[in-house]
Amino acid sequence: MRTYVARRLAAAVLVILGVSVVSFVLTFLTGDPAEIMLPPGATAAQIAKFRAEWGYDDPLFVQYWRFLKRAVHGDFGNSLRHGQPSLPLIAARLPATFQLTVTAMLLAIALAVPLGVLAATRRGGPMDLLAMAVALVGQSVPNFWLAIMMILLFAVSWGLLPTSGRGGVAHVVMPAAAIAINLMALLTRLVRSTMIEMLSEDYVRTARAKGLRELFVTSRHALPNALIPLVTVVGLQFGYILGGAVVIETIFTWPGVGLFTIQAILNRDYPVVQASVFILATAVVLINLMVDVLYVWLDPRIRVT
Amino acid sequence: MRSLARRSPLTGVGTLVVGLVILTALAAPLLATTDPIDQDLAVALKPPFWSHEGSLEHPLGTDHLGRDVYSRVIYGARISLVISVLAAFLGAVVGVAAGLVAGYLGGRVDTLIMRLADLNLAFPLILLALAVVALLGANLKNLIVVMAITTWMIYARVVRGLSLGLREREFVQAARALGAHDARIIARHLLPNVLAPVMVVWTLEVARIILMESALSFLGLGVPPPTPTWGRMLAEGRDYLTVAGWIAVFPGLAILFTVLGINFLGDGLRDLLDPRLRRQT
Repeated sequence: MRTYVARRLAAAVLVILGVSVVSFVLTFLTGDPAEIMLPPGATAAQIAKFRAEWGYDDPLFVQYWRFLKRAVHGDFGNSLRHGQPSLPLIAARLPATFQLTVTAMLLAIALAVPLGVLAATRRGGPMDLLAMAVALVGQSVPNFWLAIMMILLFAVSWGLLPTSGRGGVAHVVMPAAAIAINLMALLTRLVRSTMIEMLSEDYVRTARAKGLRELFVTSRHALPNALIPLVTVVGLQFGYILGGAVVIETIFTWPGVGLFTIQAILNRDYPVVQASVFILATAVVLINLMVDVLYVWLDPRIRVT
Repeated sequence: MRSLARRSPLTGVGTLVVGLVILTALAAPLLATTDPIDQDLAVALKPPFWSHEGSLEHPLGTDHLGRDVYSRVIYGARISLVISVLAAFLGAVVGVAAGLVAGYLGGRVDTLIMRLADLNLAFPLILLALAVVALLGANLKNLIVVMAITTWMIYARVVRGLSLGLREREFVQAARALGAHDARIIARHLLPNVLAPVMVVWTLEVARIILMESALSFLGLGVPPPTPTWGRMLAEGRDYLTVAGWIAVFPGLAILFTVLGINFLGDGLRDLLDPRLRRQT
């Protein structure tokens, strides 16, 4: 177990290093950062001075090494738009994104588990068909369109929910639901297929043979085992959920990292884009690492081997 | 086609929907009632034909610039299909090659390719796509390349898993014993055996890329105007939700219909190709 965790940790560190390379390279994609960061009409002398001052004359690997050293200390440079260090600007918006993504994940799980279990236990019946239809549509619906339709219905037409911003519980309902929809669809299908598998296992047959009630067999014997793959998938989907949050935050003007990053991308605020891409990708790597470890801890069969 | 539909109704429905969308995209000039970029402020914000103010001249209404929503939805299919099909194909070429090499050769090459795939998967793909498109500029070529970057590792992982198994099979070992080069074994013996699952992944990836491309377009980083795209139509419709909801409703329905059809097709194909799954689902 310890060797496994150490190996996964080493791999995660490597991936994070790779993430830092990509974040670093992003700035160079458009060409000379000096020309981009200086106002239009800057003289050649000004550009040369800027390049020397910020070290853009150094070889690329020297620049990367400097970037990495600064990044480790949390220094991604000042935001070109806000004139403040990028990291605290992003950190201040992380709780909002965290609130939204966690609510979306919980919502997706809370809907998908009962739906998947019902579909599996009533296989081939109307409930199964309904669950699969919900899953297929949920998987195919563009979440940003769903968000707009929800605004049209629940905010504009019925006035039940606020259209934008962050505040009480009412504010989080629509954005979280919009992010949750695709994940919910995926999880419903996963829970259904693993439950079908579990319900045909020998230990379930034994439990039934002992005369246990079907509800007990399903909820205490089959379900806990069917939920193990759910942990992995939810973890692996974290990147997609964050991606979903980026778009949905923009629609609901939810003051999170997603909205802030999109604004930075559109304003060409490179230090913020760099820091944000680095932080979000690192978060995904760390969450995947946690999920891998959790998975081994949850499933004794893997722990032993 | 009929026997396919009988064996798997899901695939049948999917094929029908996808065929319809492709046909619509190809025959757009014939099906559209007006030029999709023609503006006519005199008829701006006209509702769909079933509303008492609507007319069959603009069956799905008009937008804030008086452009015909129906014609724009029809033409929008072109961009979505071109980008998604080509990007999924480009991603497949790179991903399948990487997966075959990683699985067959193993060792350090395998570790390197798989770590690259992990690295790529670590980024919230839409964020990466947004950043790259914003930096490089939004045009058709860049969008296809960026979308391919978000998809190659999916193929690489699937194909690597398959070729790890194939490597040990007798026909591969026989080829090796006969002195065939690695490149020949990969191209002639492994590749044909991974194509069926790759086709399933390709189908599902086309659907995912359509969603991502429309999201990018929605955020203003898709193919630039005046080319009509579903994502931008939605973004424009958002500003007129209270007075002209139809502008946002129809492009969204078009995306949903297309993606649903492709997912039907992909799921159906997977069930057909994997009998174990077919029994289960």
